[in-house]
Amino acid sequence: MKYVLMFVETEQFANELQAMGPAERERAFARVHEWWEAHAGRITGGQKLQPAETATTVRLEGGDPVVVDGPFVEGKEVISGYVEIDVADLDEALRIAKSWPGCPVVEIRPVDVTTPVG
Amino acid sequence: MTQAPHDQLARVVREHAGRLAAALVHVTGDFATAEDLVQDAVLAALRHWPADGIPQRPDAWLFTVARRRGLDLLRRESRYRSKVEQLKQLEELQWPVQPEPDARLRLIFTCCHPALSQQAQIALTLRVVCGLTTAQIARAFLVRESTVAQRITRAKRKITDAGIPYRIPDADELGARLSGVLAVIYLLFNEGYLSTAERAQSRDLVDDAEWLATLLHRLMPAEPEVAGLLALIRLHRARTAARFGPEGGLVLLQDQDRSRWDREAIGDATRLLTRAAKARRPGPYQLQAAIVACHAEAERWEDTDWKQIVILYDMLLHLAPSPVTRLHRAIALRYVTGPRAALTEVDSLAAELDRYHLFHATRAELLRALGDPDQARDADRRALELTANPAEQAVLQERIAWS
Repeated sequence: MKYVLMFVETEQFANELQAMGPAERERAFARVHEWWEAHAGRITGGQKLQPAETATTVRLEGGDPVVVDGPFVEGKEVISGYVEIDVADLDEALRIAKSWPGCPVVEIRPVDVTTPVG
Repeated sequence: MTQAPHDQLARVVREHAGRLAAALVHVTGDFATAEDLVQDAVLAALRHWPADGIPQRPDAWLFTVARRRGLDLLRRESRYRSKVEQLKQLEELQWPVQPEPDARLRLIFTCCHPALSQQAQIALTLRVVCGLTTAQIARAFLVRESTVAQRITRAKRKITDAGIPYRIPDADELGARLSGVLAVIYLLFNEGYLSTAERAQSRDLVDDAEWLATLLHRLMPAEPEVAGLLALIRLHRARTAARFGPEGGLVLLQDQDRSRWDREAIGDATRLLTRAAKARRPGPYQLQAAIVACHAEAERWEDTDWKQIVILYDMLLHLAPSPVTRLHRAIALRYVTGPRAALTEVDSLAAELDRYHLFHATRAELLRALGDPDQARDADRRALELTANPAEQAVLQERIAWS
């Protein structure tokens, strides 16, 4: 089954990352890199995203499309990246998500393979 | 065939519904479909058995109904090639279908998967493993039938769509997953035991909880916490007869007629606990059972080993810190170091437990022991405001009136 893991950054996590010295930050990135390597056989895609300040949201509800600066929900938790994985079941997806060494929240969503995007 | 009394009906359904569900998941490979078929068969049994009597082979009867219904469903959807395969399988199927000695363990772990809400876990376990109907679950929890039905539909959809597996967790996850299962059984037991509902209605849940714990203990005999929970439930049940007075009022532990306790059951449960303790893996259920055993083994209230109880509460707090456990420890402390020390301990919990009726009821008892009846009455009144349980309300009202 295919799942998308959505990585969610909190304000506190972003601040902690900011406060790290270069060596410490290097180590943090190395841990994330190791995680990708370890699960390479299951990962079918994914990227780190630019920070939420770079987000633009288009709202198509109602009449004309409305373009708004910022992410779709204003909050202290923002999506900072995603990977798509192909695994046997939710337990395997959970195992991979639990070993994630980066940001503190991960949402797991099964991919709907039966209907087109939307 | 014999006329079927209500509790016999419940027992037979409980014994067979889960096995049938496990067999049908094995055949169809689909948890949600299997669950639907079992529920249909159970409903048919509850319609026919009270009048016709329980058939000699209730398992085969339930299976036949479920298969017939399954074939109906499949014929209607036979445009799918894969379903035709299933159809053939179902038609050729003979009861008993036993994929493995007892596949109900998988069923339990799927129903209690942490990706489902705890309410959904409880409802699913009752329906799939114990064979309760949606209406029975709704009555036991005093919620609308449509609410339970919706919870179950959602949970089943999530099992299918999110890929919740039908299997026993791997060794490295088993501990955490087992705690989830035990929590569901413990909640069921509490709901039945302390229920604010009518006693007659809530009785089944206590039966179901003990039955589930017994099943789990049989399937996982080496897990000390499973034995601990089973011992805890049995120790409580062994004293049920003395918990209510002739008019149905709640009798406090201190005032219970201990000759009405089931000493044999207490002995059995204590031995079960002692055997579990040999694994040297203490846990919250074993410790709670040990505390209850201390009470159950005392011939008289005065014989209670309070020192031992305080030690057990200390161990429990070490494993599972909670303000409610600290409150119970303080109650025991009263009989070791006196009411003054106990009250100091209780008062330190005010911020956390101000909305909990037992906090105020305990304060009332300690204040009374310390010769302060006015403050004690105030505390009892506060407790009365906070409980919805009629039996507890009656005890508090009497105390306010007579002290």
